[in-house]
Parts: sequence; structure tokens; C-alpha cells
Amino acid sequence: MLRRYVAKRLLIAIPSLLIASLIVFTLPRLIPGDAVQLMLAEKAYAKDIEELRVKLGLDRPIYVQYFEWAGRAVRGDLGESLWTRRPVMEEIGQRLPVTLLLAVLALTFALAIAIPVGVISAARHDTLADFVARSTAILGLSVPGFWLATLLIVLPAIWWGWRPVGDFVEFSRDPWAHLRQMLLPAAILGIAASAALMRLTRGMLLEVLRQDYVRTAWAKGLAESAVVLKHGLRNGIIPVVTLLGTQLPQIIGGTVVIETVFGLPGMSRFLFDAINQRDYPVIQGVNLLVVSTVVMVNLMVDALYAVLDPRIRY
Amino acid sequence: MNTRAESPEGLVQATAALQGGRGFRGWAWLVALGRFARRKPLGALGGVIVVALLVMAAFAEQIAPYGYDQTIRGARMKPPSAAHWLGTDNLSRDMWSRVVYGARVSITVGFLTIALAVVFATAIGVSSAYFGGAWDLLVQRLVDAWLSFPYLIIILSVMAVLGPGLGNVVISLAVLIAATNSRVIRGATLGAMQHTYVEAARAMGCGHTRIIVRHLLPNITATVIILATIGLGAVILAESALSFLGFGVPPPHPSWGGMLSGSGRTYMFRAPWMAVWPGVAISLAVFGFNMLGDALRDVLDPRLRGS
Repeated sequence: MLRRYVAKRLLIAIPSLLIASLIVFTLPRLIPGDAVQLMLAEKAYAKDIEELRVKLGLDRPIYVQYFEWAGRAVRGDLGESLWTRRPVMEEIGQRLPVTLLLAVLALTFALAIAIPVGVISAARHDTLADFVARSTAILGLSVPGFWLATLLIVLPAIWWGWRPVGDFVEFSRDPWAHLRQMLLPAAILGIAASAALMRLTRGMLLEVLRQDYVRTAWAKGLAESAVVLKHGLRNGIIPVVTLLGTQLPQIIGGTVVIETVFGLPGMSRFLFDAINQRDYPVIQGVNLLVVSTVVMVNLMVDALYAVLDPRIRY
Repeated sequence: MNTRAESPEGLVQATAALQGGRGFRGWAWLVALGRFARRKPLGALGGVIVVALLVMAAFAEQIAPYGYDQTIRGARMKPPSAAHWLGTDNLSRDMWSRVVYGARVSITVGFLTIALAVVFATAIGVSSAYFGGAWDLLVQRLVDAWLSFPYLIIILSVMAVLGPGLGNVVISLAVLIAATNSRVIRGATLGAMQHTYVEAARAMGCGHTRIIVRHLLPNITATVIILATIGLGAVILAESALSFLGFGVPPPHPSWGGMLSGSGRTYMFRAPWMAVWPGVAISLAVFGFNMLGDALRDVLDPRLRGS
């Protein structure tokens, strides 16, 4: 049953992925002609305009270009960077672990804050704790991450002479220090997501706690923890899982800013540099990878639905 | 806009007010406003912040003691004082004046983007729901694809192609927000189409245009207003992030996000006030729109709670 559902979702995901790949592919083709000349003059990417056109694949009919690009992309060949002249896949492979660790830590952080606070906020709703939690959540959604990061770098340095940003430590050199330097950026990255997740957890749990079976659970004399966590949370958590799927693109987008502020050599910073250098094969490659990941994660979120809620039958 | 409707009469009044001001005359507005403030103090606080922001943006010349690009002799990187409330920056410019003028940039980008996004989103959402079929399927797959891009990444990529500038920021942000909002509007339209008066209108021989304009659009107005208010906060936040990364509104225009990048970061250890105040301004502005949007959602459309 589940397998059939996943297969069906996969069939729907394919057109989305195809359209997304078309968008990714079209981007450099939107550059006005003189931008190619600009790239030539500024960066000396090639000897002449014709050579650069060939490099960017702009010299053949558009559909031929697309199928060739997509065909190579499926086989893991994303072309080579105009700037470093190395395969894009290789360049991404080096930087992906940093971004991935950052995103996973941020999501973990977000969940670790959001679920307990959301549960307390719902179980004690309309109390002072609830009010504080909700206001803090809206504040968390309002504060720009890059500003918070800047403050956390500046203020401790001025007050106590402590600087969180040092030289980047590779995982292979010192795994513990590698992880430690990620904690603060990940926490900042997770704040907005945790605020959104907390609000939804609270809202859903409040709805579930009004159900008849929850009243029955209370009437049976179950402990509060059993009522709220077993009868309430398990039934209220499903939309939270969906939101987790939609938060992922936000978090990946946020890594662009956070990696730049903290000087982490991740994939998003690589993309940002590529954008500044108009390194189109890299921009296309990173975008394609990110979009495919997001589509796949959303597919997994859908499958997780059935596991979490046995009532859902496809 | 500022009405409350927790009671059924309130809802009727609010809906009437949204549909052309009927039901609210003279001082009734003030009463409704007072009621809103009592029931939703945080929403009212948000409203006050938003109004203050609008005033700052509209009357920047009168409020700011200096021009946003005016250098003041002998006042380089001075800490906050009576003469310069928020201090001065590395180019001897008054920070308070720059923050005030910054409101104008944020508000302009915010409102233009949202106006454009609302038009796109309503056109996409309503037509997708109303005509359905192959059109709906096609449009929704496009929206799916668009939604799977992290917003900052797609916008940076688009800005790389278009080049920085206020107009380009507005267009790329509007298209992105329109995709998200069109989903909600499609849902609201599908809901509105269930009503029998739509069926009656069709039975009477009304054309598509008349059904959409006279019967469907008025019923999704509340949804659109809520989406716009919350969207404004998101746009201001996104614009600041873009300007921070150097892809937003170019200097010397005082964008809050731009003030935090470049010199704001270079001198942040020596003149921390340069990095503090623009961020406070962004947070307050977004906080205000979020609070107001939340309260409006509770009042105007309880179904959207938790979305």
C-alpha cells in the first residue's frame, strides 16, 4: 500500500522536478548578450565570445542544449566551473558536508526547542508561559538571522573579548572542534524554523486536546503526561512533519547568509561566490542539487505520514 | 481593516466593512478600533508600530534631522548622544536620519512587492480554482516546482541575471511570494465556489467575469488582506537579507539591510551602534507586521489559524 503511494507521489514529483530543472537551465539563457561580453572582459573566462558561448553551451538550438545538459546531469556531470576549471560535482562534493551538517544541526535545534515549548504552550494555554512563548516565537520570526549572528559576534567580543569566529577547522583535523564551531551558526539558523514549528505544534495540539477521546483519557484518570503526549501530541504532530518539509528550503536558503557571516566554506557560500563571479555552471549545478533534495525530502515526508498516522490509507 | 469579529455580528460588520465600508459610519470606526485593541493588545501594538513606520516613511524629510547622505563635520563614528540619538557612522552621517529614511526603502519595496504579488497570486489562484482541469494541473505543477526552490537561492540567482536595483528586487520577490500565496488563494476560491449563490449566478446566465468579480473576489478579500499583511513582514525581511548580501537596493539609498553589510560590518567592533540600530529597525518592522497580521487572521478568518 505504502509502496504504491510512494510510487504515485514519485510520478507527481517527476514533472515538478522537470519543470524545476527547466527553470534552473533557463536562468543563464536569460542573460542579455552583452553580459557574456562582460563576463569575458571582467573575468577573462575565455579567449573570445564564441569560445565562451561554446563553454556555456549557448551555441546550439535550445532544446538540444537542454537535453544534453539534463542527460549529463542525470549521470552526475554538472559541467566544470568557469572560475576554478574543476568539475562542479567535485567542488560541490567538497563543500556539501559543511552545509548538510549545518542544516541537520539547525533542524535538530529547531525541533528540540519547538516541540517542548509548543507542548507546554498548548497544555498551559492562555497562561503567562504561553503568552511569553508565543510572543518570543513571533519575535524569533522577525529578527533577521544575519543581524543576530552579527550581534553574537560583536557584543561578546566587546564585552568579554571573546570571538566565536576563528579559522575554520576541518572535520578530518579535529572532529570535535569541527562540530563545535557549527553549533552557534546552526542555532541561529534554527531559530526562525523553531518559531514556525512551535506555533504549529501549539495550534495542532490545542485542536487535538479538545477532542472527545482526550476527555475520555482524562476521565480514565490518566496522568497529564500520558494524555498530552500519548493521546495529544501523537495525533497533533502530523502537520508539524509537513511543515518540517517546507522549512528545509528556508533553512538551506538561510545557510547562504549564515555561511557568509561565519566564514564557513559550505556549498551555499560557494553558490554565493559563484553568483558574484557569474560562474553559471556552478549556479546551475547547486540549484539543481538543492531542488532535487527538496523534492525528495518532501516525498519522504509524505511517506512518513502513513507511518505516523495509521488512519491514512492510500 | 481594524475590526474585530469574534461575535457573529462582528464578523458581519467586518465583512461589510471590507466590502465597501457599509456598516461602519463615523465614530463606529473608533469603537471598532478600540474593541480590536482591547481584544488583541499585541495586534494593536503591531498596528501602532506599522503606523509609526508609515509616518516615518511618508514624512522622512520632516522627522529626520539630517539628510540620509549628509556628512556632518567632526562627527565621525560618534556614539549615541543627545545630538545624534543613534550615533553617527564611518562617513559622519547621522544614524537616526538614515534609519528614518531606511523606513522609506523598506515600505516602498514592501508595498510594491505585495501589490504586485497579490495581483499575480489572485490571478493564478482564482483562475486555477475556477477553471480547474488541465489548466489547474499545469499551473499547480509550475507552482510546485517554484516552491521547491529556497527563496534566497532562487532570488540571488535571478538577481545575478537581472542585476541589483530596487525594481528587480520587487519583481523577483513578488513572483516568489505570489507562488506561495496563490496556493492559499486557490484554496479559498475553491471554498467560495461551494456556495449556492455561485451556482445561482451561473444558472442565471452570468458570465465568467461577472461570477469571478462579483461573487468570488469579494469572498476571498479577507484571505488576501491577511496574506498581504503577513507577507509585508516577510518581504521586509527578505529585502534586508538581499541588501545585506549586496544584491538589494544599492547605496547610497539607506536600506536597513545594506547598512548592516559593508561598513556596518567593517566597523562593528569600533562602532557597534552602526550594526545594532538598523537590525532593531528591521526586527521591529517585521514584528509589527507579523503581530498585526496574526491578529487580523484571528479576527477575520479563524479558519486560517495555524497555517
